[in-house]
Amino acid sequence: MKVRAQIGMVLNLDKCIGCHTCSVTCKNVWTSRDGVEYAWFNNVETKPGTGYPTDWENQARWNGGWVRTAAGKLQPKQGGKWRILANLFGNPSLPEIDDYYEPFDFDYDHLKSAPEMNAFPTARPRSKITGKRMEKIEKGPNWDEILGGEFAKRSEDYNFEGIQKEIYGEYENTFMMYLPRLCEHCLNPTCVASCPSGAIYKREEDGIVLIDQEKCRGWRMCVSGCPYKKVYYNWSTGKSEKCTLCYPRIESGNPTVCSETCVGRIRYLGVMLYDADKIEEAASVQNTTDLYDAQLGVFLDPHDPEVIAAAQANGVPQDWIKGAQNSPIWKMAMDWKVAFPLHPEYRTLPMVWYIPPLSPIQNAAEAGKIGSDGDMPDVKNLRIPVKYLANMLTAGDEAPVVTALERMLAMRSYMRAKTIEGVQDEAIAERVGLSGRMIEDMYKIMALADYEDRFVIPTTHREQVEEAYDLRGGCGFTDGNGCSSGISKGSLFGGSKKPLKMPTEVM
Amino acid sequence: MLFANFDINYFIFGVMPYVALTVLIVGCIARYERDPFTWKSSSSQLLRRKQLIWGSVLFHVGILTVFFGHLIGLFTPLWLIDALGVPHGLKQWAAVVIGGAAGIAALIGATMLLHRRLFDPRIRIHSSFADILILGLIWLQLFVGLGTIILTLEHMDGVEMVRFMTWSQSVVMLKLNAWAQVVDVHWLYKFHILLGLIIVTLFPFTRLVHMISGLAAPFRYVLRPGYQLVRSRRKQTRPAHEPAE
Repeated sequence: MKVRAQIGMVLNLDKCIGCHTCSVTCKNVWTSRDGVEYAWFNNVETKPGTGYPTDWENQARWNGGWVRTAAGKLQPKQGGKWRILANLFGNPSLPEIDDYYEPFDFDYDHLKSAPEMNAFPTARPRSKITGKRMEKIEKGPNWDEILGGEFAKRSEDYNFEGIQKEIYGEYENTFMMYLPRLCEHCLNPTCVASCPSGAIYKREEDGIVLIDQEKCRGWRMCVSGCPYKKVYYNWSTGKSEKCTLCYPRIESGNPTVCSETCVGRIRYLGVMLYDADKIEEAASVQNTTDLYDAQLGVFLDPHDPEVIAAAQANGVPQDWIKGAQNSPIWKMAMDWKVAFPLHPEYRTLPMVWYIPPLSPIQNAAEAGKIGSDGDMPDVKNLRIPVKYLANMLTAGDEAPVVTALERMLAMRSYMRAKTIEGVQDEAIAERVGLSGRMIEDMYKIMALADYEDRFVIPTTHREQVEEAYDLRGGCGFTDGNGCSSGISKGSLFGGSKKPLKMPTEVM
Repeated sequence: MLFANFDINYFIFGVMPYVALTVLIVGCIARYERDPFTWKSSSSQLLRRKQLIWGSVLFHVGILTVFFGHLIGLFTPLWLIDALGVPHGLKQWAAVVIGGAAGIAALIGATMLLHRRLFDPRIRIHSSFADILILGLIWLQLFVGLGTIILTLEHMDGVEMVRFMTWSQSVVMLKLNAWAQVVDVHWLYKFHILLGLIIVTLFPFTRLVHMISGLAAPFRYVLRPGYQLVRSRRKQTRPAHEPAE
């Protein structure tokens, strides 16, 4: 047993209102620079839809994630090591920037500088790549928001597989949900596996996957390797970039920017202990529907004395073990089984999990016809087809999703009975395999969602590995060119830099 | 007069090789050490896929063949070739056939890439002066190199080739009179060598440095155990009191 700790995330889609605050705050902090203006480390998609970049879930086209070979071994879907090396000259699976969208800005200045005209001046779009006028914007970071466009287009959504989807194009049967997406910080990341330079790595202490900007050579295999298309090639610096899980914030015990600013309070961060020795076996199980269970088997119970002893022996700090015991991620993924990994069939063992959304009851007008199971409506009558959610979260296996939705409905029934009628109805809890106490705990974490309950993040322990005194007065982050003054006018080796404008003397 | 007996041949074939090699080695070490963030392939495939896949594959496969062909052809000691019983004429034939085919592939690829770089607005605007210069130089070098094949076909006895081999091998052996070997060859060969030396000199200051990473990548990647990489700040990866695996 090789115990490691990872900061995991759960997003409660039942509460996501699709406001994009996470995306915008993330962009302002991380990707408002040349070369990554098209990149959204966090984005929110309306489902059903083809997403961003378009059709990202179609791995027959993009070759992301892993495949299990006939011999039972795992290899990246885009090819083994030699195949990847052979593709260095031209990567056949790399999206073009137009598959995301051509980044644009508007001529805002024209609004105040335009001469007197008969018509109001308008701010017309301009390409952020070429700087030239764009007559028509063809695509944006959230092009199919709120079911934009015709059904034929958005029904290309991969998650419709195995569903008679035509009826969902009818107005009466239509449904939608939001899916905020970020890097999954996988236990078995394909981006790391695809990098010939060894520039991408997973951090031992918290599981965050990062790209070493000084070792990245721009071979761009990580972009095609990642099935979630969450590694972005910065066309200005020629290096790949990705979500860092805001590691400087995480290290100091703060939630990521997207989590901190989430107005719906849907995001949870906490520690999960896992057995690094079991990853390969879990990721290589034969049936894709077994992958969800296999990943649950990789997680270690932080209350088990044997696990605690092994964690200590492996150098997991005491407060991280305590963090794992109080982890909201553990509760939702393991205790209540209401959270699921996104597309486990990619075999990456992702660590950002989702609670499926409840949805209005189908044909609510015909209330009498609602199939109901005692006091609770039947989840099969929910507007969002269970099969659709299962295709997204459990490789198509409906049973775990049904259980999760029933538990969430039970939570509502139980709490309604308790607060309105003053009755603690244990029967409701028992029917979904829980107890009244567990449901009240669920209610506290999932419905009330206090800040302290959502974010249980132990600080990092640099003091164990570094001499803090030696770092005192150091230069912190630089672009790698030693401890310079911070103003660099470019170097002998290329790369034009825009210097800071310094005040000059005037009389 | 200081430059009274200045000989341009001496400068190009006697002095420049050492200048070029010194700049190459010192420059690459300095760049790798001082500014590793700039060490990259500068791929533009994301911005425009068109012409890139075919152009880049043709160019790279062709130019790598030509590059290693030159290395092997010029630096294999003559005594080894004689010991192996390879007639000089045969060696030259092999060079003409393999180099010619690979050179044509590389030239087609380079033409596609150069066209894309100059005329695709997205690529053009994000090309540095060095990007365009080095691609232009390489294109010209391929063109001139293929041109020398026509000259070579006129004398297939291998004598000219042996002169170039002697010259290159003498240069790396620090035999300083090596330049005399190539004084009398056709000017097109000389131009080819001069261009080559200029490209070598520019190497550390351009995107060409990705070549070194590209040649190292197969070793790093294939020899890396498994696929995954984990980094730790801990001094020892495993505490001492833990039982061995």
